[in-house]
Amino acid sequence: MQIAIASGKGGTGKTTIATNLAWSVSSHRPTRLLDCDVEEPNCHIFLNPEIEKTDTVGVPVPLVDTEKCTGCGKCGELCQYSAIVSMKSKPLTFPELCHGCGGCSLVCPADAITEVDREVGVVESGKAGKLKFVRGLLRIGEAMSPPLIRAVKTFIDEDLLTIIDAPPGTSCPVIEAIRGVDYVILVTEPTPFGLNDLILAVETVRQLRIPFGVIVNRAGIGDQEVQAYCEKEKIPILLELPDDRRIAEAYSRGEMAVNAIAGLQDKFNSLYAELAEYLNEY
Amino acid sequence: MKELVIISGKGGTGKTSLVACFAALAKKKVLADCDVDAADLHLLLEPRILKRAPFQAGREAIIREADCNGCGLCQKYCRFKAISNLENKFTIDPTACEGCGVCVYFCPQKAIDFPEKTCGEWFISDTRHGPMVHAKLGIAEENSGKLVSLVRSQAKTIAQEQGLDLVIIDGSPGIGCPVIASLTGASVVLVVTEPTQSGLHDLERVAKLSSHFKIPALACINKYDINPEMTEKITRFCEQAGLQVVGRIPYDPLVTKAQLSRQSVVEFGDTPAAVEIRQLWQHLSDLLV
Repeated sequence: MQIAIASGKGGTGKTTIATNLAWSVSSHRPTRLLDCDVEEPNCHIFLNPEIEKTDTVGVPVPLVDTEKCTGCGKCGELCQYSAIVSMKSKPLTFPELCHGCGGCSLVCPADAITEVDREVGVVESGKAGKLKFVRGLLRIGEAMSPPLIRAVKTFIDEDLLTIIDAPPGTSCPVIEAIRGVDYVILVTEPTPFGLNDLILAVETVRQLRIPFGVIVNRAGIGDQEVQAYCEKEKIPILLELPDDRRIAEAYSRGEMAVNAIAGLQDKFNSLYAELAEYLNEY
Repeated sequence: MKELVIISGKGGTGKTSLVACFAALAKKKVLADCDVDAADLHLLLEPRILKRAPFQAGREAIIREADCNGCGLCQKYCRFKAISNLENKFTIDPTACEGCGVCVYFCPQKAIDFPEKTCGEWFISDTRHGPMVHAKLGIAEENSGKLVSLVRSQAKTIAQEQGLDLVIIDGSPGIGCPVIASLTGASVVLVVTEPTQSGLHDLERVAKLSSHFKIPALACINKYDINPEMTEKITRFCEQAGLQVVGRIPYDPLVTKAQLSRQSVVEFGDTPAAVEIRQLWQHLSDLLV
């Protein structure tokens, strides 16, 4: 079973929910947390995992053998990303624009193009107590996160509960992180920004046809518009976490909320139990 | 003309609330909301749209079922696992297709269309604080970096035409494609952070990103009084990394109250955060000259 934690707006509490939920459930069910916010992964701050393995992740980019190249220009015509450009000459390559589709090497009639890996980041795996842990870390200056997110998701194991911490937004990195999961939890806050971005996130998960529910974090700081929207759209509110200074302080120190507030772990465990029941029936 | 970019690495540190304040305080500027996949600045500035245009970028592969003979070559060649086969009926998932065109080129039946794609919309607007360029990326679309570049270039054109000397850019969280597109070639980056372990961790990465692209970076610590110890730690990091800390904004619940009344906090009143933000802007505008 796979559950992704997402949100349109950043800073609403995705990582808090992902780490506390995964940590709570891991005490009684084999669980793996995947930190797919590879641009700014933060789960490790709260879990202090022991990293056992680090793998580099690359995107295959073209390497042109200029001896074999006849300058026919077919590679440049095929490439949609201007990553290989040929103007009636031997081609120039721009590896940072390459998506790794492999088209240029396939189309080359002279067999002059091979593919080499360009590193986009690393995937680290290990464990924190009973919880298995994986995160991707995008190389600084690298624009393309989806290939790295795909690499993190190769750690999905059908026998385990997988919790995915997704990046903020509604574009390709988020899609890559949540595609194929069984359920998405959207975390929001009760403010105009929170509501605006929640609506975008709802449209995104609906497009992907994944069942979802909402967690309202910092309930009480704003208004009731998020709750009214969810009611109107018949979206279940799974949990409301009050705006509690103890949670904010624990977060600021990099500590788990379940350790700061008695009874919170039970809330996460019953949230999981409800979702598990729902998904079994679904 | 100067381009000031506000980014944060970590989301939710207060970029947009701060940009709305700068919008109210700065003279002779254009605003550019470059957080194109979760734009919020319009909620505070209530723009009146003067011009709207579709954002076209990339292409999308679509199989014509009638012409497909089910050979499966497209699925074999697709590196993005975008093509599925249900009882010999091949279809392409538009949210997985990266528009590379490999399937289109190699289909022996030439049964795959490859039309240009509309990935969103962009707008030129007027607000109570002057012109603003913004955009809305289509749901589950890609090419956010290209849309950010488009918004920036439109904002620059307006600045040139109207003789304005500053473009204020509201960036997106993270360090990837849209963030890189919002900061390359900019005059200065202002990183908005918060006194948390996550805030510091993400500040470190975003500071490295600015130095990677050789953009001078400044920092400001929002809600600095939530954890004074972390604020101290972040200040020390900034000193070592060569980021000048240009402001420390206190935690102030009236910032959210201002948001509820669709205002920036400096318009809302002389609240503790507003007082500090006015000073911060004074400092920043001196540095920008």
